Amino acid sequence: MDWFKKPKYTTVRVSAKKKTDIPDNLVTRCPGCSEIVFNKEIEKALRTCPKCNHHFNIPARERIQLLADNGVLLEETTGRIKAANPLEFPDYTEKIEKGSKKTGLQDAIQAGICTIGGKRTALAVTDFDFMGGSMGSVIGEEIARLIERAIKERLPVVIVSASGGGARMQEGIVSLMQMAKTSAALARLAAAKLLYISVLTNPTGGGVTASFAMLGDIIMAEPNALIMFAGPRVIEQTIRQHLPKRFQRAEFLLEHGMLDMIVKRQELKHTIARLLPISCP
Amino acid sequence: MAQENGLEFEKAIIELEKKIEELRSFTDDQSLNLEDEIKQLEERAEKLRDEVYTNLTPWQIVQISRHPQRPHTLDYIKGCFEDFIEMHGDRAFIDDRAMIGGVAWLEKKPVMVIGTQKGSDTKENLYYNFGLPLPEGYRKARRLMKFAEKFGMPIITLVDTAGAFPGLEGEERGVAEAIARNLSEMSTLRVPIVVVIIGEGGSGGALGIGVGDRVLMLNHAAYTVITPEGCAAILWKDRAQAPRASEILKLTAPDLKKMGIIDEIVPEPRGGSHRDPGAVIQSVKKHLVKELGRLTSANIDQLLEERYNKFRRIGFFVPADG
Ligand SMILES: [Zn+2]
Repeated sequence: MDWFKKPKYTTVRVSAKKKTDIPDNLVTRCPGCSEIVFNKEIEKALRTCPKCNHHFNIPARERIQLLADNGVLLEETTGRIKAANPLEFPDYTEKIEKGSKKTGLQDAIQAGICTIGGKRTALAVTDFDFMGGSMGSVIGEEIARLIERAIKERLPVVIVSASGGGARMQEGIVSLMQMAKTSAALARLAAAKLLYISVLTNPTGGGVTASFAMLGDIIMAEPNALIMFAGPRVIEQTIRQHLPKRFQRAEFLLEHGMLDMIVKRQELKHTIARLLPISCP
Repeated sequence: MAQENGLEFEKAIIELEKKIEELRSFTDDQSLNLEDEIKQLEERAEKLRDEVYTNLTPWQIVQISRHPQRPHTLDYIKGCFEDFIEMHGDRAFIDDRAMIGGVAWLEKKPVMVIGTQKGSDTKENLYYNFGLPLPEGYRKARRLMKFAEKFGMPIITLVDTAGAFPGLEGEERGVAEAIARNLSEMSTLRVPIVVVIIGEGGSGGALGIGVGDRVLMLNHAAYTVITPEGCAAILWKDRAQAPRASEILKLTAPDLKKMGIIDEIVPEPRGGSHRDPGAVIQSVKKHLVKELGRLTSANIDQLLEERYNKFRRIGFFVPADG
């Protein structure tokens, strides 16, 4: 479901006419602290704000660079299938094409086998830039395949979610069933006593939260990530409830016992690498 | 047969039925012979019923699935089972009244029955929180399912909810986790599970008790990832376009059967279950007896393999080019 439309940061183009002499596209106004920050500095800090630690959304490709040893998958398992349009939903085919063009992916997921801190691992990352990272048949299938492969080869699994879109409306009930499919695959992974680390990043919502994202043996989140089942707009509209500040943010979830830890992006790989050896060989 | 609460599209039928009943009582009281008039009206009513009820649109089906006089979970529990002992609570926080559960006896054998409960009027709806479960409802359901597994009882779930309660409490107490946990655990419970979508099957809140070996659906129930109203709001910024959205969403039992989402359609009385609750309850009972007879004699490991594959198979994708 499209809980909201845009990631909450804007790139500010500072025109040369203004007082600053900074050329276009070199700086960004940070939505966390409203400061003008050099893009170079943001990049150096793994796409976080060096002033206030705001975590910018990053695409799946960059997430893999960040987590996998040498920044690469040894074998990519995604990319061989793409979504059909089972409901002949209006504009769905165009949306997929647009998402593909934007991300270079076949759907909102990139996955494969890599090593993290030397430990062979099955890694999947969803991508918010592809239809809000929403889960349809392709995400369901790719995650189920990856988990089944992990069971066969006795690998731990890491899934990083950036799926504010939840279950993909355009595939109707079929996308709802992907929740059952991925959760059942994870039940088998658990029975095989293989470690599953779920990393929740901004934003993770709906049917993704209510399936594989919340089933981690260890659940970690990036600071300030929006993590929800029903979106704040939906809640406000249906129940007309006043929602507290920081509602559905990672810190709120940690406080309410829903997460094991909040991990800064700079420490994410190291934290995962320390935990992976726990998994049964 | 006359109904008090008619849906907009069946108003004419209900008016006619009321008139026929009036004439009948008039005949009885005054010993007048109005047979011809009644017969004529009956014929007109029958023709009208045929016109309206044979080609229901998906949106009309959605309305029928939400009809307040439609039999709800407790009506099925009363009508399908010889006995029922209700169990309460998640053993952690509260008892969620939107989720009913307990041991029931079907043909003298104990089964675990779990279902979301809507009310038939405002007072009941307030009591049952409109059939919108809290996280504790899903956790209560899970507790009862584990109980059933321990004692080798098959599980029957009755699904009738617009979804999980969308509010602060649910988010705070991890409704997403509660649903996810159920999806995962229901896929491996070592007792047969039969799911019946009796009314509204609203998204993750419905699926949270909707994983099983057999998924049955009433002919005028609706099962969908998003309400037609919500879908219309996203697509056209207009909730009034819900009828159009319900065409697109493929949420009716025949459509879902075609897509392999449900296993079997349980027929309903013409016009919907609210027009003859007794009949549909007996029909559901018959289906339950049949399904459980088959499932309880099956090998459980094989059943679990089939249960896994049943959901594993669902998905529509094509090879990527190049
Ligand atoms: Zn900042």
